[in-house]
Amino acid sequence: MSESAKPHHPHPQGKGEKNHGSDFSYVGIDAILEQMRRKAMKQGFELNIMVVGQSGLGKSTLMNTLFKSKVSRKSVQPDPEERIPKTIEIKSISHDIEEKGVRMKLTVIDTPGFGDQINNENCWQPIMKFINDQYEAYLQEEININRKKRIPDSRVHCCIYFIPPTGHCLRPLDVEFMRRLSKVVNIVPVIAKADTLTLEERDFFKQTIREELRANGIDVYPQKEFDEDAEDRMINDKIREMIPFAVVGSDQEYQVNGKRILGRKTKWGTIEVENIAHCEFAYLRDLLIRTHMQNIKDITGSIHYEMYRVRRLNESNADPSMLVTRK
Amino acid sequence: MIERPETAVPSIAQRNLEGYVGFANLPNQVYRKSVKRGFEFTLMVVGESGLGKSTLINSLFLTDLYSKDYPGPSQRIKKTVQVEQSKVLVKEGGVQLTLTIVDTPGFGDAVDNSNCWQPVINYIDSKCEDFLNAESRVNRRLMPDNRVHCCLYFIAPSGHGLKPLDIEFMKRLHDKVNVIPLIAKADTLTPEECQLFKKQIMKEIQEHKIKIYEFPDTEDDEDSKLIRKIKERMPLAVVGSNVVIEVNGRKVRGRQYPWGVAEVENGEHCDFTVLRNMLIRTHMQDLKDVTNNVHYENYRSKKLAAVTCNGVDTSKTKGQLTKSPLAQMEEERREHVMKMKKMETEMEQVFEMKVKEKKQKLKDSEAELERRHEQMKRNLEAQYKELEEKRRVFEEEKANWEAQQRILEQQKLDASKTMEKNKKKGKIF
Repeated sequence: MSESAKPHHPHPQGKGEKNHGSDFSYVGIDAILEQMRRKAMKQGFELNIMVVGQSGLGKSTLMNTLFKSKVSRKSVQPDPEERIPKTIEIKSISHDIEEKGVRMKLTVIDTPGFGDQINNENCWQPIMKFINDQYEAYLQEEININRKKRIPDSRVHCCIYFIPPTGHCLRPLDVEFMRRLSKVVNIVPVIAKADTLTLEERDFFKQTIREELRANGIDVYPQKEFDEDAEDRMINDKIREMIPFAVVGSDQEYQVNGKRILGRKTKWGTIEVENIAHCEFAYLRDLLIRTHMQNIKDITGSIHYEMYRVRRLNESNADPSMLVTRK
Repeated sequence: MIERPETAVPSIAQRNLEGYVGFANLPNQVYRKSVKRGFEFTLMVVGESGLGKSTLINSLFLTDLYSKDYPGPSQRIKKTVQVEQSKVLVKEGGVQLTLTIVDTPGFGDAVDNSNCWQPVINYIDSKCEDFLNAESRVNRRLMPDNRVHCCLYFIAPSGHGLKPLDIEFMKRLHDKVNVIPLIAKADTLTPEECQLFKKQIMKEIQEHKIKIYEFPDTEDDEDSKLIRKIKERMPLAVVGSNVVIEVNGRKVRGRQYPWGVAEVENGEHCDFTVLRNMLIRTHMQDLKDVTNNVHYENYRSKKLAAVTCNGVDTSKTKGQLTKSPLAQMEEERREHVMKMKKMETEMEQVFEMKVKEKKQKLKDSEAELERRHEQMKRNLEAQYKELEEKRRVFEEEKANWEAQQRILEQQKLDASKTMEKNKKKGKIF
């Protein structure tokens, strides 16, 4: 909040701003940062994350760990029996969380039943349909004559794909899914349950996965072509060296060296989730939340959504009746 | 009073021996004979790729069946499910074991896994069929037992329950082979998760009425205690590793993580030792017996019933299963005789052929000789004629020459005569 230093010359105190005092050359353009911050705090942020993977890979646990609260589907709908659904369902749960005055509307979209059947042909269809439906809804709002002031953004910003820790290579199902979906949404692949792999196996597995992704032309987040400048490229290159992140999730706390940390306790040791020597959860969290969240949303909005929009409007040019507002 | 007749069934009376007879030595004889003969065991491993099947096999038998030079099937991606078998001869303490490991690469890896269990079922059935045929032969001295004695099914450690694929597979195979479900890569699960998972799996197995391998109860108290302990821990959660690591001065086999070492042979870390003891040290013979007495008999009765039920012989092996042994013996004898006859005729034929060949050769050489003879004769004649011709020519010449000589002489004579005449007449001039 702004504080006035002098009675008749109130200037805002932003991050790292000097008090210019009676400086005639100071205009105050940089005060825009503070205004934006205030507006953002009032409005709040929206983030939609989709988690995809076979059942039993720790998706819900990871979501809980990421946001340090019970945001997953399982925590919200207590299911007495874990049943694998016969067809893929798409369940989205929304939460309002707040930290240091910043509000966020987090939506976790879960896909139970993915890859669990015996015949998994076209298991990506319902997911692609869902993503396109969200784009469609946004598009409809946009082309409305009377638009709302703030269009509710339900587009999927990021899709976390869980790779089972086999240690050998990607399965055909993984390759198929990621190939199709990397074109419509940002995919962040992670190696699930990474406490199965020793460090050498982990490195080997990651290398194999990176090679396969390159060989199949799958562009995962951060995409090379969307690097804006050299600085971005440097940062993103470092991230690309580490993809896919080997993560371990846990929502149970244990006492280690006098500190309470999240982890998994086994008979031969305790795995600390936030220890980068143990697993790469911290990197994933930083990427998703602390450093690249806005970038993810931008890419979704300006690139994926725009591609969808161009395609839809071209289709409607050919057939005007297609673009009918569905309410 | 009418005397009730005694029951006809004689009861086997227990008698005490009065001295040492010696048949207590029978087990030793059996033991020695089987040690000489060697043992066979076929183990099948089924599961998705990347669940540590090859590593577990290496750890169980302390060999590098799959090593860097000969990578296991999971290192190579397969498009369809295949069944591969590898044989290893393991020797220990004078006992030799022919171990056959059957691997199923590609199982459950494709996008569409319907019927991925079919190749496995076909393999097991074909081995049973081979054994059935070998058993039905007349001469069955060497009968190799290639039937699958045990199938280790690897369940992925999801922590929730069985997947539809797991349930389908086990349902189809539980009455063909001994199925032992294992939780693979068990170092993913904490002890509590492991317990929950095991309970969930056993519940689902019972729900779907899947018959996994049951450990037989023995009369021995100690053994039954052990067996009860094993039963509580089913399905066994295993971790495999062949890498030796040092922990607190001890050398153990395990997996090294930044947070600790998961020991393979530590009973608190995983159930590997239980599996190994059960599979190799205590229950190997029982697995073979159950395969022989239960699964194989099921297969056999199904196969024979199918054949005799239909009047038409629908089975592939025609004739071998529908006759009684005597008739079969007759047939075999006839076959044998026929074979002999055939061999005889064949040999005769060969002999004939050879004789013909030789004759032909001789004839040929005779003809050749004759031809040469003729030619030489002709040559001679030609030469003779030539000579004759020459002689004739010569004679002609001679005659000519003589004639000429005579003419010359005559001329000379005439000339001399005329000269004389001339002289006489007068050399006047």
